[in-house]
Amino acid sequence: MMLVARLGQAVRLSLTDLGSAARLFVSLMGRLPRSLMRFGLVRDQVYYLGNRSLSIIGVSGLFVGFVLCLQGYYTLQRYGSAEAVGLLVALSLVRELGPVVTALLFAGRAGTSLTAEIGLMKAGEQLAAMEMMAVDPLTRVLAPRFWGGLIAMPLLAAVFSAVGIIGGWVVAVPLIGIDAGSFWSQMQGGVDVWADVGNGVVKSFVFGITVTFVALFQGYTCKPTPEGVSQATTRTVVVSSLAVLGLDFMLTALMFSI
Amino acid sequence: MQASRFDVWVGMFVLIGGAALLFLALKAGNLLSLNFDQTFQVTAKFDNIGGLKAGAAVKSAGVVIGRVESINFDDKSFQAKVLLKLQTNTAFPKDSSAKILTAGLLGEQYIGLEAGADEKNLVAGDVIHRTQSAIVLENLIGQFLFNRAADAGAPAEAEAKP
Repeated sequence: MMLVARLGQAVRLSLTDLGSAARLFVSLMGRLPRSLMRFGLVRDQVYYLGNRSLSIIGVSGLFVGFVLCLQGYYTLQRYGSAEAVGLLVALSLVRELGPVVTALLFAGRAGTSLTAEIGLMKAGEQLAAMEMMAVDPLTRVLAPRFWGGLIAMPLLAAVFSAVGIIGGWVVAVPLIGIDAGSFWSQMQGGVDVWADVGNGVVKSFVFGITVTFVALFQGYTCKPTPEGVSQATTRTVVVSSLAVLGLDFMLTALMFSI
Repeated sequence: MQASRFDVWVGMFVLIGGAALLFLALKAGNLLSLNFDQTFQVTAKFDNIGGLKAGAAVKSAGVVIGRVESINFDDKSFQAKVLLKLQTNTAFPKDSSAKILTAGLLGEQYIGLEAGADEKNLVAGDVIHRTQSAIVLENLIGQFLFNRAADAGAPAEAEAKP
């Protein structure tokens, strides 16, 4: 009986969480246009979330490109089609790894800082103080950060994929000695601008919304104590990583199966 | 809106992101091959198109002169109706022939166009009559096995005759 009761409690609590997340999402959506009026706030958030993540994204993209190229070459040369390694690197980066790995890194690099910042604001009762001064914390604090994540994430994913392709080229052409012409022509023959690159961009948009919103929600609803903030930061990484991977499966099934 | 020292950096970030997207579209996706040259459409009917896909290249002498626009099934002649878009600056005689060829051993398939000898040139809406289907590996193997069997059977028959 205890087990059943605990299960019931878990379901009820997660439903409550889901409901309050949905309500926060809707009220945040309503405030998004108005928060653009103060674009300076959004710009600062793009700087903190985007520019500051650029180095980790660039370096990770480069190494993912290196490794993909080496591993792809290992498999492809068995079938005598080592030239197709360019296509393999480009397709796997643009369609899958670019958006997903960027979202995971973004959750670790930017999502945690968002959660911790908002959680500490809440713990220090800054959010309550804002409300006292008739300043809406959703418009003033959450919405610019949401815009920042929304703008930064697709750009970061594009940088990741582009740097990864360059990394693949570095390994394939000068290191392994694959012909540069067939490397690019195989890639250009197989990558479609709308079906592959465009859908990758759509994915990165969705992941940007997911990661940023999870981070904001965890910060906004955390317990206003040091432990609460630390738990919320951990939950941000766990929940947004799982959400990104789950959504990725659904988006891939929707986009590429048709 | 206040100017800030972040303006430059955020601008650079957006520019880098835009450049990366442009790189993906142009260098990896080859958006430029969607050339905006004037084209005209002709159709060609094939008995079997093998693995030909819409968007495949139409080449003559190895040079890309057009793209496959669409592939449909014609239920009157039970053939594949392939719509080709050729560049208007290429003129081909009316009796040109189209073949489905494969780039490399396992490469993608494309259409090879060979010029005929007719005085008149293909115009929009024309049909290319001389076509050669894709080579289907199973048919090829089947033919080979059939020939082997026929060869093996022939001496036996010759012995049985006298």
